[in-house]
Amino acid sequence: MRLLINKIFLALSILSAGIGLAFLAWILITLFMKGLSSFHFSLFLNDLIDGGLRNLIIGQMILAGLASIIGIPLGMTAGIYIQEYGQGRYAALIRDLSDIMMSAPSIVIGAFVYAIVVVPMGGTSGWAGAIALAIMMIPVVINTTDSMLSLVPRELREAGIALGASKYKVIIDIVIRAAKVGIMTGILLAFARIIGETAPLLFTSETSNYFSLNLNESFPSLTVSIYDLANEPEESSRDLAWAASFILTVMVLIINLTGRFITRNKK
Amino acid sequence: MEKIFQKLSLSSATLVFILLIGIFITLYTAAKPAIDEFGLHFILNPDWNKELVIESPSVTTDSTTKNIEDDTIVDEDDMIADEDDDMLLDDEDDAVKTIYGGLVPIIGTLLTTIIALAFALPIAMGIAVFLAEIAPKNISYIVGIAIELLAAIPSIIFGMWGLYYFAPIISNLVGGYQVSLLTAGLVLGVMILPFMAAITRDSMNTTPAVLKESAYALGATKFEVIKDIIFPYSKVGIIGSIILALGRALGETMAVAFLIGSIFVLPHKVTDPTISIPVAMANNFGEASGLGESALFYLALILFIISFAIISLAKFYFLKKAK
Repeated sequence: MRLLINKIFLALSILSAGIGLAFLAWILITLFMKGLSSFHFSLFLNDLIDGGLRNLIIGQMILAGLASIIGIPLGMTAGIYIQEYGQGRYAALIRDLSDIMMSAPSIVIGAFVYAIVVVPMGGTSGWAGAIALAIMMIPVVINTTDSMLSLVPRELREAGIALGASKYKVIIDIVIRAAKVGIMTGILLAFARIIGETAPLLFTSETSNYFSLNLNESFPSLTVSIYDLANEPEESSRDLAWAASFILTVMVLIINLTGRFITRNKK
Repeated sequence: MEKIFQKLSLSSATLVFILLIGIFITLYTAAKPAIDEFGLHFILNPDWNKELVIESPSVTTDSTTKNIEDDTIVDEDDMIADEDDDMLLDDEDDAVKTIYGGLVPIIGTLLTTIIALAFALPIAMGIAVFLAEIAPKNISYIVGIAIELLAAIPSIIFGMWGLYYFAPIISNLVGGYQVSLLTAGLVLGVMILPFMAAITRDSMNTTPAVLKESAYALGATKFEVIKDIIFPYSKVGIIGSIILALGRALGETMAVAFLIGSIFVLPHKVTDPTISIPVAMANNFGEASGLGESALFYLALILFIISFAIISLAKFYFLKKAK
C-alpha cells in the first residue's frame, strides 16, 4: 500500500512536470510556426508604416539601452553601498525596499512615470519610457550586485587593505573584479527582462509608426506595437504581431542563454 | 576620492528609498480628487464612469449601488461622452455627475489571481518535487533550464498565445466566452507556473541531505520522505514563494489584457468577461482625463498597496523565517 501511494505520487509529479513542459513546447511551437510563416527579412528594412519592424526593433533597443545606462550605474553603486559601506539598519532597509520594488506591478511604475515625466513634459516621450524601464531595472541590478559581492571572500578585501589600498580602490579593483562574471550575468538577465516589458511603456513612450531617434516625442516600441497590432481585426496586422513576438522572444532567449553560458563557462 | 565614492554609493542607495516614497506620494496626489470625491466607498461601488443625475446635493452615491449590474452595460457608450462630463464637473450646481467605483476591477483582479493560483499551485509543486527529488541530475538540470526560460518569455506573448490558441480550446470545453475570467486566470496560471516551480524547488533544495538519508535508511518511501521530511522542513519557504507568485499575478497586465474582455461588468459566472486593475489602467489611461484619470490613479494606489503588503508579508515573515 505504501509503495502504491508512493508510485501514484511519483507518477503525478512526473505528470505535472510533463504538463509544464508541454505548455512550454506549445507556446514555443505556436510562436515559431506563426512567427516564421510571417517572418521575412524585409521586416528588418522597413518601418512599421511600410509594414516592417525596423523602427520598432531599434526603438525598443534604444529604450532598453538607455534604461541600462541609467539603471546599471545607479543599481551597482547602490548594491555596493548595501554590501560594502552600509552598516546595520539603513542598508538592511534599502535591501528590503529594493526587494519590494522588484516585485512592484510594472503598470504602476508606468503610472508613476506618467505623473512625474509625461505630464510635466506635455506628452509621451522616449525619455519617459527609458526612465520607466530604468526604474524596473534598478532593483534587479541592486539584488545581483548585492548577492554577488557577498560571495567574494573577506580575505581578498583584507589583503587589499593590508597592502595599503583605500577602500574604494579595494572595491573597484578587487571586489568588483572578483564578482565580475556574476554581476554581468545578472545585468544580462535584467536587460532581458526589461526588453520584453510592455506595461510600463504603454503610456510613457507609447509607440510610433515611424523611425525616430528623437527622445522628446512618442518613441517606437516593439512590445507596445505588438499589443496594438494583435488587437487589430486584419489578419495581416496579427501576422506582423506574431513575427514581432517571434523576434522579441528570440532576442530575449538569446540574451538569457548568453548570461547562463557565461556563468557556466566560468565555473 | 574615497569620500566621493562613498557619498555616491550612499546616494544611489537612498534613491531607492526616495523612489518608493515618491511612488506613494505621486499616486496619492494624483488620486486625491477621486479620493476626496468617492472616499473609501470607491472600493465597494460597482459603477464605472456612470452618469448620475442628482436633484439635490444630499443624494449620495449609495442609492446607485443597489440598482447595480445590468445598468453597467451601457458603459462603453459612456466612455465617449466622458470628456465633456469631466469638464462640467467643476460646476457644483450641475445636475449630471459622473461616478467611478472600483469594485469591478478589484474583484476581477482578485478572482483571476485566485484562479491562476488554483491552477498553478498543484502543477508547480509537482514540477518542484520532480526537479528536486525525482529526476536524475542531468535531466533535472535541463528541465530546470527549460522551466526558467519559460519564465523569461515576455508576458505579452502569453497573452497572444492565450487569446488565439488556448482560449478557443477552453471555451469549447466549458462553454461561455473566449475572453473571460476563467481563460484570463488560466493563462495567468501558466505564466506564474515556472516562477513558482523554480522558487519552490530552491526552497526544497535547502533540506539537509542528512535528514533525507536518515529517513530513507529507516525504510521510508520517496513519498514519505517528501511528505514528512521535505515539506515540513521547507514549508515556510514554500509558502513564501507562493505569496511571491501571488504578488506577481496580481500586478500582471499584458497576459490578462488580451483575455479578460475589458468591460466594467461584474461577472456572474467564471466564463463571463470582466476587467482587472492593471487592464483598466492599460486600456483607459490614454483617453482618461480629469476625474476619470484620477480614479485610475486611485486604482493604481490600491493595487500598489495590496502588492506592497503581500510582498512584505512574503519577504519578511515567510522567507526570512526560512533562512
